[in-house]
Amino acid sequence: MQTYDLEANGLRGLNSTLQEQNGGTNKTAWEIVNAKGSHAIAVGLNSPIEVTVKGSTGYYCAGMNQQATVRVEGSVGPGVAENMMSGTVIVEGDASQYAGATGHGGLLVIKGNASSRCGISMKGIDIVVHGNIGHMCAFMAQAGNLVVLGDAGDALGDSCYEARFFVRGSVKSLGADCIEKEMRPEHIAILKDLLARAGADAKPEEFKRYGSARQLYNFDVDNAQAY
Amino acid sequence: MSDQDTKIPRTEPIQSATFTNPINAEIRRAAATGIYDIRGGGAKRKVPHFDDLLFLGASVSRYPLEGYREKCETKVTLGTRFAKKPIELDIPITIAGMSFGALSGPAKEALGRGASAAGTSTTTGDGGMTPEERGHSSKLVYQYLPSRYGMNPDDLRKADAIEIVVGQGAKPGGGGMLLGQKISDRVAHMRTLPKGIDQRSACRHPDWTGPDDLEIKILELREITDWQVPIYIKVGGTRPYYDTALAVKAGADVVVLDGMQGGTAATQDVFIEHVGLPTLACIRPAVQALQDLGVHREVQLVVSGGIRTGADVAKAMALGADAVAVGTAALIALGDNDPKWESEYQKLGTTTGAYDDWHEGMDPAGITTQDPELMKRVDPVEAGRRLRNYLKVMTLEAQTIARACGHNHLHNLEPEDLCALTMEAAAMARVPLAGTDWYPGKAGF
Repeated sequence: MQTYDLEANGLRGLNSTLQEQNGGTNKTAWEIVNAKGSHAIAVGLNSPIEVTVKGSTGYYCAGMNQQATVRVEGSVGPGVAENMMSGTVIVEGDASQYAGATGHGGLLVIKGNASSRCGISMKGIDIVVHGNIGHMCAFMAQAGNLVVLGDAGDALGDSCYEARFFVRGSVKSLGADCIEKEMRPEHIAILKDLLARAGADAKPEEFKRYGSARQLYNFDVDNAQAY
Repeated sequence: MSDQDTKIPRTEPIQSATFTNPINAEIRRAAATGIYDIRGGGAKRKVPHFDDLLFLGASVSRYPLEGYREKCETKVTLGTRFAKKPIELDIPITIAGMSFGALSGPAKEALGRGASAAGTSTTTGDGGMTPEERGHSSKLVYQYLPSRYGMNPDDLRKADAIEIVVGQGAKPGGGGMLLGQKISDRVAHMRTLPKGIDQRSACRHPDWTGPDDLEIKILELREITDWQVPIYIKVGGTRPYYDTALAVKAGADVVVLDGMQGGTAATQDVFIEHVGLPTLACIRPAVQALQDLGVHREVQLVVSGGIRTGADVAKAMALGADAVAVGTAALIALGDNDPKWESEYQKLGTTTGAYDDWHEGMDPAGITTQDPELMKRVDPVEAGRRLRNYLKVMTLEAQTIARACGHNHLHNLEPEDLCALTMEAAAMARVPLAGTDWYPGKAGF
């Protein structure tokens, strides 16, 4: 285990060190101490290393991650794992706004709650939130899966495309063109896999599935009130 | 006396200045379709522009340089504030961001070829970076857009600069809409969306909401790219003083300011024509902001929106810009709206020079389309050569003017080299009305 003191050695040193680790490195496990809410911790990683952040982080922790597993033993600020391509990000605490925004791939697990706009414009990322999520989550979501073990706030999935949303609790309201959909066997299978990978103690059958009604995919003036 | 003689003469028919024929046609079009007009291109209405300014060549009080003999430098370096590798251009004219998807692949390749041959950069757009574009652009600016279509860190690191697009001159505050008919398999794949559906580009970034957030976003991008390349911030020209100041505060290396004559692939006509400021009106407030913050020339200003000629280039630089970007003009140089396609333009109900339905994907010139047959009409090598020539001509024109004003670098052009033909232009450009030493807003004489 390599330990990096962020307060003592600085953000640039941290990210350049982590980004330099390639597939052949034997320094595969890293622990970051004294994070103290710093922004842009462990961004742009591109190797299968394991990074543990001791404490809470600021904005954009693990942004654009590829391959790496980043675990935050605390809560995260806005934009955790934004535009993630692959790998895994696990947040033991809560997440602020825009968690997993525009993510193209990989798995984001939030053990606590996520604030508004979780999964906004998601493009293939899988997000599992053990707690609740706020309003306008998955706005314009294009692809991937958002799993919520708790409740969802207002306007879930507004203007979404082909992303899937699985919610166990209540949904305060659905956004434009988002509807409840049939839970078919293939969806149970997807959900079962995601729950297992996220370490979530829940049964797929307890969830409802939501997604696009596909009524607003092509502009029609008669739908103007829906936009 | 006959009845004919006593008849009261009729007045001459007068067209309404308010209900003009184009306005009436638009009313009839709206009534027939129930939807507003969507189109490409930029603003078509006449607004104060660079044509309303004149240069004051040297005579006795100023000493000119010899044309074709004495050197007038054109190089410009962008991103000298924080980036380890600023972008060095041979000419202060760059190619504005235009997306693969809105433009055909051959057109994007031609832009790269032409810009590289002229020693300048080109810019990606919504839709991400294509291998052809990177391969044919010696210097490529990667746009970081609200949609984040095709965005990935590998491409980010291949870029020579990153341009965070906050706004666009043709539609500041507005998003885009690439209609389904232009969504080929490849475009759909790059944007992670099904083929054939309309693709909305968001009007705001999904993961930050203000200048303080933007500062942190820039930090993230720099951390991902090892602080190597410049970070541009592109804004639509609406509140240029404050937007420029806040972009500087957020940490921009370069501010790109796009006036209302800037182009677009597709948006509402009412938006194009009625939102934003003329390019001419944007420059001095932006320069003022840079000067007030003590960073003029340290944070470079790139101006775009209706730049067409070397005179436009020289005037923008005289007002304080470090460089300009061309979009629509570059497409025309490639061959869009070329008279040789007139019969086909007429079949589409339009004419050469007026074709702007770029969103429909039926561009006879093969430039703003994804139709495989139409795309074949663009020879990337020949179109690139045309663009290179055009960029060179504009540079030569600007140099000619600068020499006549006594300057050995385009950057040495200054507002004192200019006067205005109209009160409006004088006020916007803050240069004297021709033949006077006064402009609106300036106290005393």
